[in-house]
Amino acid sequence: MLKVNNLHAEINGKEILKGINLEVRPGEVHAIMGPNGSGKSTLSMVLAGNPAYTVTGGSAEFYGKDLLAMAPEVRSHEGLFLGFQYPVEIPGVSMVNFMRAAVNAKREYFGEPPMSATDFLKMMREKRAIVELDNKLASRSVNEGFSGGEKKRNEIFQMAVLEPKLSILDETDSGLDIDALRVVAEGVNKLKSENNATIVITHYQRLLDYIKPEFIHILYKGRIVMTGGPDLALELEERGYDWIKQQVDNEENNG
Amino acid sequence: MSALQQYIDLYNGHKSLVDSGSAQVLNDLRHSAYEVLRDMELPAKGSENYETTDLEEILSPDYGVNVGRVNIDVNPAATFHCGVPSLSTSLFFSVNDLYAEANDARLGLPEGMYVGSLRQFAINHPEICGRYYGRCADIKNPVVALNTMLAQDGIAIWVKRGVKVDKPIQIVNILQNGAPLMAVRRVLVILEEDSELKVLTCDHTQNPDVEFLALQTIEIFAERNSRLDYYDLEESTEKTSRLSAMYVREGEGCELVIDGITLYNGTTRNEYHALFEGENASLHLYGMGIEDRCRHLDTYSRIEHKKGNCKTDELFKYVLDDDATGAFTGLIKVEQGADKTEAYQNNRNIVGSDNAKMFSKPQLEIYDDDVKCSHGTATGQLDDMQVFYMRTRGLSEHTAKLLLKQAFMADVIDAVRLPGLKERLHLLVERRFAGSVSSCAACNSACGSDK
Ligand SMILES: Nc1ncnc2c1ncn2[C@@H]1O[C@H](COP(=O)(O)OP(=O)(O)OP(=O)(O)O)[C@@H](O)[C@H]1O
Ligand SMILES: [Mg+2]
Repeated sequence: MLKVNNLHAEINGKEILKGINLEVRPGEVHAIMGPNGSGKSTLSMVLAGNPAYTVTGGSAEFYGKDLLAMAPEVRSHEGLFLGFQYPVEIPGVSMVNFMRAAVNAKREYFGEPPMSATDFLKMMREKRAIVELDNKLASRSVNEGFSGGEKKRNEIFQMAVLEPKLSILDETDSGLDIDALRVVAEGVNKLKSENNATIVITHYQRLLDYIKPEFIHILYKGRIVMTGGPDLALELEERGYDWIKQQVDNEENNG
Repeated sequence: MSALQQYIDLYNGHKSLVDSGSAQVLNDLRHSAYEVLRDMELPAKGSENYETTDLEEILSPDYGVNVGRVNIDVNPAATFHCGVPSLSTSLFFSVNDLYAEANDARLGLPEGMYVGSLRQFAINHPEICGRYYGRCADIKNPVVALNTMLAQDGIAIWVKRGVKVDKPIQIVNILQNGAPLMAVRRVLVILEEDSELKVLTCDHTQNPDVEFLALQTIEIFAERNSRLDYYDLEESTEKTSRLSAMYVREGEGCELVIDGITLYNGTTRNEYHALFEGENASLHLYGMGIEDRCRHLDTYSRIEHKKGNCKTDELFKYVLDDDATGAFTGLIKVEQGADKTEAYQNNRNIVGSDNAKMFSKPQLEIYDDDVKCSHGTATGQLDDMQVFYMRTRGLSEHTAKLLLKQAFMADVIDAVRLPGLKERLHLLVERRFAGSVSSCAACNSACGSDK
């Protein structure tokens, strides 16, 4: 479903992504790990279409279509979802109105009439249950005054509402207590099917205990420098990143 | 000829006609206003407190003034479609500056109050009227002087001691004429001790292609422990100018909410002058302006704390697009001895285009050291990250910005305490930002003046 080929991107004239290659097929779960500042969030922003970033080379296809040519909202309609590392607070816009606008925008894109008020509320209730999101949060302004964990839970709630084909979850596990982590991970698993796929960006093995990825990618200095199976995450947990950094830096120096 | 001179000449040429269309109390002040104006030079654009507004230019068109009090043949209740239909109000009108009222306007109003024509009030209750009329508006203010010289009628509301008026009084000011016209409106609001009143005024312009000037002076006397909500909504056209000067005196223990909402306009200057004369009083002064195309909104406010233990909460918000200009000049002055004053002044603006301009000058002058005061201003753009976040959930850029602009205005709207009006305003503001049809959206006039 997603084919990223030699993707380069910069922000404020600084090149961050230096040739990313990544392929994701339906039903798969991928994890992207890597040291701070390596470009993980940048990759997620570029795939979701943040206009602050400039793509300077390479391509990304989503179900055969040119992803990079689509507006962010079209990427969303086509089935891409980004769970933000830092969910944005929007004072004055209620969660309910926000989700109604989101759901109906997608329906409009597919030529469907807006959802009826009762159907919408019913759906909101069901989706809320999946991530055990407090009803009170749903009636407040988007993320405003939410605790760190509540914000992350709210990201998964939005994912549940939008039913994406490909979800990129950027450090959705950080800031969660043990129970919340389980709830969020179970939420992700409940929404998993053979038709959709997930990319989780994380620093911790503990999320991967719940969400079992087939592929682990290590991102370093804007490139995926290593890809492996579940064992790779365990190895990282034990050995840290230094050995990978050294390996890459040596290659750089010698090349 | 200066812009003022044409009105001075007009008055000079029709003194007795002007007087005969009015009442003694109003006529008594007319001549002193004339004398002030004769020696007055209009403050130039760029001078202090007139940094962005050009009075000379606003007054320069050859506006007609209905000194002969010719009735134009309209039934305002029939032609007027209120944008706030869910609201149950007592409905009064001014068509240009002629007074009118709906048939059932007085249903449900309590004894112990007067609401109606100012001229009639001055005739029926000359003593009361004389005790208040012109007593708080500053005649040296050009807007007040011109208004006082030419005003023949207007609206008076007098609520006697202890009377609580539950049903809101709605005053709809309609501008309707085939040729350029100045409507000279005067409003007098008297709240005696322990009384309560809610007022909603709505300014509408019917002919989008005609130039109008609404020249108004509002005097509000709130006596001990009275409560007033005053909502002033402008929904006019790009060719309408409005010069409004409101003067407020607040006695001990009063609670006032004053809210100026500009949804559609041309060139507007709204002045608010308030004075705390007694302790333990409060004023919530709120306002918003939604300005696009070549519209201009200038808010000037001056609030004086003479007595202690009073509270001012002031908030004005603007959203500017296209070539619009906005200005906010606010002064809160705390006199020596006004201990335990709380005064907060805030101006927040969103500028959505390169050409739109905002001028903001908040000011505090404090001569007492036992006070809590703050002021702030911020002018910026919509937050890119918020827009992007919303787009990743499928909202178009347009919808995202629309919701953010609405959200920006939410606290001003939520401060409205009139049942029905708050909900309606949320809708009107949403529609305004969405650019969909309203009574005033028919206006296609191109703006020619350089502001
Ligand atoms: N607006 C910006 N201007 C310049 N550099 C930026 C900007 N935003 C991000 N960067 C840089 O891009 C690099 C990659 O950042 P990114 O957020 O993608 O890292 P990350 O892998 O997600 O890190 P973390 O694990 O800490 O979340 C960092 O060096 C960061 O400082
Ligand atoms: Mg990151």
